[in-house]
Amino acid sequence: MKSGSEPAPALLPTSSLQRLIDLLQAKGHRVVAPTLRDGAVVWDTIRLVADLPVGWRDEQEPGRYRLENAGLAQVFGIVHGPQSLKPFTFAPREPLLQIERTTKGFSARPTLPQHENIAILGARACDLAGLAIQDHIFLKEACRDPYYEVRRAGLFLIAVNCTRSLATCFCASMETGPRAKRGFDLALTELDGLFLVEAGSAAGQEMVNALSLAPASTTQVREAEQQIEGCAISQVRRLDRSPLPQALYDAHEHLRWDDVAARCLACGNCTMVCPTCFCHTVEETPDLAHQRSEHSRLWDSCFTQDHGYIYGKNIRPTIKDRYRMWLTHKLASWIDQFGSSGCVGCGRCITWCPVGIDLTEELPALLNRETSGSNRQV
Amino acid sequence: MVEPHGQLITAASIPAPDKGGGLNPYAIHMATILDKRRDAEDIDTYRLELTDPDLRRAYRFSAGQFNMLYVFGVGEVPISIVSDPDEPEYLDHTIRVAGRVTNAIARLQVGDSLGIRGPFGRGWPLEAIRGKDIVVVTGGLGCAPVVGAIEYVFRRRGAYGAVKILHGVKTPHDLLYRERFDAWRHHPDTEVLLTSDQAEKTWQYHIGVVTELFHQVRIDPARTAVLMCGPEIMMRLGAPILIERGVPATAIYVSLERHMECGIGLCGHCQMGPYFLCKDGPVMPYDQAAPWLGKVGV
Repeated sequence: MKSGSEPAPALLPTSSLQRLIDLLQAKGHRVVAPTLRDGAVVWDTIRLVADLPVGWRDEQEPGRYRLENAGLAQVFGIVHGPQSLKPFTFAPREPLLQIERTTKGFSARPTLPQHENIAILGARACDLAGLAIQDHIFLKEACRDPYYEVRRAGLFLIAVNCTRSLATCFCASMETGPRAKRGFDLALTELDGLFLVEAGSAAGQEMVNALSLAPASTTQVREAEQQIEGCAISQVRRLDRSPLPQALYDAHEHLRWDDVAARCLACGNCTMVCPTCFCHTVEETPDLAHQRSEHSRLWDSCFTQDHGYIYGKNIRPTIKDRYRMWLTHKLASWIDQFGSSGCVGCGRCITWCPVGIDLTEELPALLNRETSGSNRQV
Repeated sequence: MVEPHGQLITAASIPAPDKGGGLNPYAIHMATILDKRRDAEDIDTYRLELTDPDLRRAYRFSAGQFNMLYVFGVGEVPISIVSDPDEPEYLDHTIRVAGRVTNAIARLQVGDSLGIRGPFGRGWPLEAIRGKDIVVVTGGLGCAPVVGAIEYVFRRRGAYGAVKILHGVKTPHDLLYRERFDAWRHHPDTEVLLTSDQAEKTWQYHIGVVTELFHQVRIDPARTAVLMCGPEIMMRLGAPILIERGVPATAIYVSLERHMECGIGLCGHCQMGPYFLCKDGPVMPYDQAAPWLGKVGV
């Protein structure tokens, strides 16, 4: 979707990737990228290209995640791990206030996080879309969240366009990928032995200039486009948003909810790996002497028993209620609340569900009127 | 998108304590308990005053809004403000002992400190319904969020039409604010009808559920606004009866309740369909709430 007036992508040989990492560090960024640890992919600080999982690939299917060393030279062969960008901005545990007893009562001091410049190398388009949704919720709704704001302000985002889809990916149908369209400082597309580099912000352009890279050839640009397009076409899952939100509201009594509830363990994995889920709870941790108390927020999940609890009654006592809450919120009421779907098509909730519940399979089943059974309701 | 209505005063009306640090919706401000009054078993009304005089002067709320009350080392709980919005320097909260935080509050005495964060949510649309007859329908502790609205109306008695207050309790012991109900009776063009599900020798009022009182009052549907607060089933069954009598669904306002932790629509717990009740509610026009009331698990 690039217009002709924009500069052609620059060319960064894979052998020069270290120059980019060095430059980011020289500009004061901590560089964070996907790394391998204990057989899993986690975001961690890197200093060298060798810290990256070069040559590795992930295979994901419902309830299944495997890493394999494909023996290739590809640097970003892993599509994504369980973590989206969410932990960088919406911290899993965020101390909000430090409260201390005083002679007159107590005083509460906000504990805003320290500003830190973090360059994230290897953000996927779906994750940038997830970040944009959370930006809207935490920064553009009535109350700006100052904790999120500090963390968000320090991010320099280097996207890597996807040239390979996982079996669980459906970003193409959600129109969030596989190409990163916006919300990045730099976007890379990895071809054989080289990267095409595009700037998405002034700060990104500054990096490109500092690296003094040669422009890519039209053949290379075309090849990158074909690979991204091929990645989109190869996706086997899709989600049809056209009847939403109303069709899912109307499916409230559908028998399929019982079916999925019988499989769901209410473990909350789907909400933890989701790039957009924002529910949180507030926890109070006083010290033993009861002189100091930390007031923190923690990620919460609508699958927990407490989520819908209100003195003596639980609004959502059953797993059926909670799965219905999650899916209806994600795909339907989110649209009414924030003007977009709460799903970006990353497929993590499918992969990390221990029993492989697949929302791209549940949604059509729930919208199928012939099996709704709602006429059996009295 | 959710339609705005009523008055909204956000936490932004309270400046952060660290001047220049920007607004922090999580900031908790210290308040002192000026008075603690027993209303019924396990229910007390606390009069609070913000300790910082600048904050006290800046604080404004509208009837039907709530504060998050904080107990040191224990946590926060959402409680509606029952006092008169014309006197925002005093903040009354009627609290029933129900859980961890309210148990801790019950142990506090006059002179002790509490934290306040708020006010949050949308209150009763008292300016929008000026000139109308007001019908108040409440059940149990549901009378608390409406008390401020009733006082507001009586302070501007000429600006509103007839006032009918219908209140139901489970047992006569559950009747709060007995003196207030008695005082309201004496206002001109005002009816106060009470009912109790269970009878007792001293109970001189109706016996039955609050919706039975509907037949005892005249309602001019074209010029009536209804304020409802109580158990959800009361609103779910009561509102349709009033609609049948000709009151438009848009003129019936309900105050709803869900688990709330943040007050600013961020923590996710208070959702009811597309709404976050902490910011789109707790007061909503019935026509907006109706599709979701009574739906299992919503």
